[in-house]
Amino acid sequence: MNPLDLVLEPLGFPFFVRALLASATVGLVCAVVGSYMVLRGLAFMGDALSHSAFPGVVAAYLLKGPFYLGAAIAAVGTALAIGWVTRRGNLRGDTAIGVLFAGMFALGIFLFSLIPNYVGDLFGFLFGEVLGIGVGDLVALSILAIVVLGTVGLLWKELLYSTFDPLGAAASGLPVGRLDYLFLALIALTIVISLQAVGIILVVAMLVTPAATGQLLARSFGRLVAVAVVVGVASPIVGLYLSYWINAASGATIVLVETGVFAIVLIGRRLTTVERPVNLGRTVR
Amino acid sequence: MTSAEPVSSAVATAGTPTTGTPAVALHDVSAGYGSQIALEGVDLRIDAGSLLAVFGPNGGGKTTMLKLIAGLLTPWSGSVEVLGAAPGVNARRIAYVPQAELVDWSFPISVWDVAMMGRYPRLGPLHQPGPADRNAVAAALGRVGMLDRARSQIGGLSGGQRRRAFLARAIAAEAELYLLDEPVTGVDVPTQEDLMALLADEAAAGRTIIATTHDLAAASRHFTTVVGVNRRVTASGPVSILGDPDVLSRTYGGHLLFVGERGVLLDDAHHHDAESGRERHFHDTSGST
Repeated sequence: MNPLDLVLEPLGFPFFVRALLASATVGLVCAVVGSYMVLRGLAFMGDALSHSAFPGVVAAYLLKGPFYLGAAIAAVGTALAIGWVTRRGNLRGDTAIGVLFAGMFALGIFLFSLIPNYVGDLFGFLFGEVLGIGVGDLVALSILAIVVLGTVGLLWKELLYSTFDPLGAAASGLPVGRLDYLFLALIALTIVISLQAVGIILVVAMLVTPAATGQLLARSFGRLVAVAVVVGVASPIVGLYLSYWINAASGATIVLVETGVFAIVLIGRRLTTVERPVNLGRTVR
Repeated sequence: MTSAEPVSSAVATAGTPTTGTPAVALHDVSAGYGSQIALEGVDLRIDAGSLLAVFGPNGGGKTTMLKLIAGLLTPWSGSVEVLGAAPGVNARRIAYVPQAELVDWSFPISVWDVAMMGRYPRLGPLHQPGPADRNAVAAALGRVGMLDRARSQIGGLSGGQRRRAFLARAIAAEAELYLLDEPVTGVDVPTQEDLMALLADEAAAGRTIIATTHDLAAASRHFTTVVGVNRRVTASGPVSILGDPDVLSRTYGGHLLFVGERGVLLDDAHHHDAESGRERHFHDTSGST
């Protein structure tokens, strides 16, 4: 077979083109938001919020409402609740996350079990169905992506300052508390965008792995984001083609490509340099 | 609470003429975390242009005082006035430098970018850094002698250079009030001298410098005024009061060993908070309230 056909043949299927556009967009948004997330030590938060979206997804199905709305309400609501409990209660952040994330996921399973005669696919919710993305989904996903990227574009300086030195930023007048809440909401929206592409279980990899790869290579924040974006956008494209030709699960293949890139960079760095240890983020605040 | 009256004190600025309004004024302030009290009945005036060290034992409330002034902590009672208004109102004129151990030194950020952060609050979300900001950052880095390390990632710097980078951020911000948490802790004496010479210059230019330190030797060498804090203000006045054994025993709860003229600190954390009933009041020369 002509090597060019390896690339061109799948493009003959509209579902494949939609999947490419959707997963590359998801990869872009995840890379940008994930860059701040790893530096804030919020990797676990990404996992928690994706599971929290589950009851919203099931409720949207039960009420025949839009998928994105249900997921967004559940994920953003949980994000703000975690922020609130952490700030107001005498609980550590990871404890608040543990309680709310398991509770919300349980609610999702509970609601799912109520669906009468439902032969639909739990597997799809959990692991994504990027090849099943419709035109409407693609539009909704793109609008949410513009909202998230636009917000980060507007507030990149403020988010960076409050990530690096929250005390200094707050003392000089930045609304650090509100920025923290806003950022949690941005993570939640990013997860909502990503759910159909990679599913609840694997979303955290889309958020964390490209940014972690950037952290291995970059000494400035700008370069970290640049590396994350390249890995985050290229991996879904490579992953989708691989899954098409191998006939494997698309979400998992995408994540495996990202993980593979991270592993190669990590090992490559170990072999070529003996530099300062890389701290993958701070503890949950 | 056995102590009847709060310790009142006014800090006179040595060297520079005092203006009418203080840079910072605390009136009968109490504050803490959760149900744990950290500061109680604090009255304090700090004149503009002060080069002031807040000293006292670990857990005595030094950082709490700094956070109250920075507007990072709301007092339980009493009032705080900073640069003539409530805390937070004039936040853009304040630079706060946290303790070095609270900073993530592996953060992928250069010295230049740290200094540029000083410009962010005044820029606001809609504006990107422009030529004026780059000039201010370059000038600030030149001022602290870090222009040649501008592109270095902060983790690759020495302890003294790391503090210079944060000082450059304060200068680039054109702040009038510098709040520095343990700025000379963990750096060697020559580096302390360099950093403090920079701070002394900033104070001479009219900026107010308030720094916490648990290093009495550093406080006595480098600052012009001092405030002792151990849940209450135990003493305040010119730096010479550090030579008074009473001041030291009051601040450190009597757990001091005297060797020669200077107290050698035995920082025993067990007894500080129980001693407030026994504290005696230091009356400085300016005698306010």
